[in-house]
Amino acid sequence: MFGLKKDWSLDVLPRYFTFEDYEGGEARWCPGCGDFGVLTAVQRICRDKQIPPEKTVCVSGIGCSSRLPHYMHTYGFHGLHGRALPIACGIKSRRPDLTVWVATGDGDCCSIGAGHWIHAIRYNMDMVVMLFDNNIYGLTKMQTSPTTRRGFRTNTHPEGAWIPHLDPTAVTLGFTNVSFVARTVDWNPPHLYATLQKASEHRGMSFVHILQRCPHFTGKVFEELQQDPALTPLLTHDDGIQLDPDVAKIFPNHQVHDPSDHGAAMQMVERDDVVPIGLFFQDQSRPCYDEFMKQGLEMATEDKLRGLEQALDHFMI
Amino acid sequence: MPIRPVAKNTASSVSMSASPGTRASGSAEAQANQQVVEERIVEIVADSGEGAQKAGQIFGTISAKMGNGVWTVEIIPAEIKPPSRSRAGASGIRIRFGTKEMTNMGDEADLVVALNEQVLFGRMEQRAYHKGTVLLLESKWRDDPDPKVRQAYADALEQFQHNGYTVHEMPMEQACMEHTSNPRLGKNMFVLGMLCWIYQRDATLAEQEIQAIFGRKGEKVVAMNQALLRAGVAFAREQLEEDPYYIPPMEVDASRMVLNGNQALGLGVMAAGIEVVSMYPITPATSASHYLAGVYKKVGGVVHQAEDEIAAMGFAIGCSYAGKTACTITSGPGLALKTELLGLAVMAEVPLVIIDVQRGSPSTGLPTKVEQGDLLAALYGEPGDAPKPVLAAATIEDCLELTVTARKIAEAFRTPVILLTDANLASGVQPIPRPQVTEDWLAPPIDQSPWQDGVCPYDWDAETGLSPRPIPGQRGGEYVLTGLTHTRHSKVAYDSHSHQLGCEMRSRKLAALRSTLTPPKIHGDEQGDLLVVGWGSTLGAIEEAVNRARAEGQRVSSVHLRFLSPMEPGLKEIFSGFKRVMTVEISYSDPPEGLTMGGGTQPGRPSQLALLLREQVGGEIDYWSITPGHPLSPRQIYDVLMGRLADLDVV
Repeated sequence: MFGLKKDWSLDVLPRYFTFEDYEGGEARWCPGCGDFGVLTAVQRICRDKQIPPEKTVCVSGIGCSSRLPHYMHTYGFHGLHGRALPIACGIKSRRPDLTVWVATGDGDCCSIGAGHWIHAIRYNMDMVVMLFDNNIYGLTKMQTSPTTRRGFRTNTHPEGAWIPHLDPTAVTLGFTNVSFVARTVDWNPPHLYATLQKASEHRGMSFVHILQRCPHFTGKVFEELQQDPALTPLLTHDDGIQLDPDVAKIFPNHQVHDPSDHGAAMQMVERDDVVPIGLFFQDQSRPCYDEFMKQGLEMATEDKLRGLEQALDHFMI
Repeated sequence: MPIRPVAKNTASSVSMSASPGTRASGSAEAQANQQVVEERIVEIVADSGEGAQKAGQIFGTISAKMGNGVWTVEIIPAEIKPPSRSRAGASGIRIRFGTKEMTNMGDEADLVVALNEQVLFGRMEQRAYHKGTVLLLESKWRDDPDPKVRQAYADALEQFQHNGYTVHEMPMEQACMEHTSNPRLGKNMFVLGMLCWIYQRDATLAEQEIQAIFGRKGEKVVAMNQALLRAGVAFAREQLEEDPYYIPPMEVDASRMVLNGNQALGLGVMAAGIEVVSMYPITPATSASHYLAGVYKKVGGVVHQAEDEIAAMGFAIGCSYAGKTACTITSGPGLALKTELLGLAVMAEVPLVIIDVQRGSPSTGLPTKVEQGDLLAALYGEPGDAPKPVLAAATIEDCLELTVTARKIAEAFRTPVILLTDANLASGVQPIPRPQVTEDWLAPPIDQSPWQDGVCPYDWDAETGLSPRPIPGQRGGEYVLTGLTHTRHSKVAYDSHSHQLGCEMRSRKLAALRSTLTPPKIHGDEQGDLLVVGWGSTLGAIEEAVNRARAEGQRVSSVHLRFLSPMEPGLKEIFSGFKRVMTVEISYSDPPEGLTMGGGTQPGRPSQLALLLREQVGGEIDYWSITPGHPLSPRQIYDVLMGRLADLDVV
């Protein structure tokens, strides 16, 4: 065509994945649910990174947000309440070729699965963990969660939650061997996208705390933050989340924060006047359990049989 | 009297210069005054930390290397360092060895070496000794500065004599002091030396074992332990008269290996091609993972020590879902914690091997002791209907082979499989044939070819319930596994048809597996008065008891089940050849005749296997089961069988 030589033509990828290639079943969340935005962001990132759907696994526990795998057209594991992290780590253990996303909620991760939360962060296996924090148990209809604000009325505490809530960002920053902690909000899709994008590039476990509205039970808990973006100062740094300047303008407060500075991150997260969003901490040099789990993965059958014979020899009379 | 001290006490003359040789007499042949016997049972009982088990293990190993049949049972306290001289803190080992294959712990011990007198009381309660059992007892307590200790020692001696034991007080510690400043740590090798002399064991083999075990700790440690061994030999030669009994060495079968059940499980995991064992520490299962942690690298495997039992299970399930069938090794309390995820694995059809090394139960129960109490929990532990294959190892060889079988079944039937063993098998040591492992034992590489178009993720065969499984990475096979009720397409479903269908398909898989099994072999005749049905580690003791009764002309046979879910076929036909069928189990049951209460009788609860047989085979199933916290002896079972035969009026 046009007298051009054939081998000058563009190098077309053998497969190109569109956004639709990652779309699974019709999402059944309530209208206005913050989960939709997260789902879209994940699908966009998969498309942008051209991760083959068959090489992607979405793992979740139980709860509204844990339905996410059903709405992705990838491999998925909709597990048990609180157990997403051990399952995801098991999947990744002998399959480093798979890209793993974990969807978990404030009840799933911070309450019933809290033990796994500590240790999964410590294992630091390479995957993105998205904590959908709507401050409530939604699927079981409005019980107090570990992130429910004190005084908020729920079905289990009709006069208001009794004890102070925990902040998953702050708690995660305190875990040994933590390597990536960011916070974002569902009502700002560009920031949500940019944060998850940054997380997906991280080597190790990236923990993303997503403030997410439940229109049914906690539609108003983040209203103040939404209406006054000054309350969610943007953490900025060359190594942090890069936001389009037009979007960044929405946030009147910018706070320069070096994500390699763990001490500063701890101070930042403890502020009780504002809720900073962005990348709190990142350290790519921390040990990843993946490295230990993949030992012997490439071993040939003959070598395995030889190793086995040696093991048997040891017990011979 | 089998063994007795020489007339004069020459303890002070024991010296290191004694040559170990093969035996003091210089030959391993029976002397003129010796009688060849088929077997002996020896125990070493001590405080925890005195190394009794190590000494007994070496004794067992060298006996196996001399071609003898061997079975060892460890006596393990639940604590690491219980107070010394405490009755419940006894730590020790029993070694039964002889000219035939040994399949169980046997009856009462012939000879016991005890490093203090108190630790013997627990054993006495378990009827481990009888009139005439020889006790070689550490004598230092007689002169202990604490009058309470002296009194306790004197009282115990009186009790031992009353029981008819032959007690020889021996200054073992004093003799050890010549070679070590801390006899508490070295006396075990000294005792081993004594036993080597008494039973004409090849002391050179013992020295080699010491080298192999202590080599890592340096030459000094090896030399000291070998010196103590030689001192023990010399001490016994000086102090004891020739043993009138003799167990001849047999032809050594070089194709045999000596190991315990947990090591066999580890080898089974490797021979099955399982790449990941995901576990959490729990007695008495953990030593299988210890073993694997040391050698797994040789076959490219990894042990994952999870943060808890649930996580261990979740990790294993994740690994299996991604195509690498994993294994988790636990015990009863751990199995309880894994229940919810086990239900998920059944529901979502994830292949997986779960090994339960049973201990005394319920709850934390008896952590170091044997029981067969998890049978029904393994079959029915999950809420709802959760059918899954359940296998049980009866021997140490089974521990290895059934692990390989379990993985094959797990993958072929797309299901978790539970393999039951127990504390008796876990630490019991026996020579077994070396398996000939071939490539097909190992797991094949995972399939990453494109998924066949139009085949759904649960494409259940209407008859067998079986379906091919997409593995992540297979293009076109994308599906979302869920614990919710789902359709063939793995889509969440809330309708009654889907729920009923899913339950039926999972249940049909068990029937399909059953159709591949063959009836169990009958030990004894196909017809008779009494048939004993057992499962698990009681095999050796049951068959020995049956043999004893048969030798007396009784018409008794036995069958032993390896498959508990589904059960092996043909049981109804087998049972029909006998006047009475009874189970023998190590688990709790009420007496078959019921419980007397308020002048009347309330029906009792049957044993677990009896309950299963009544349900699955039907007919009258008698039972006898107890929870003694130790293995059943052949004599105990024999007495029960004879009692049942008397009821039948055939004795």
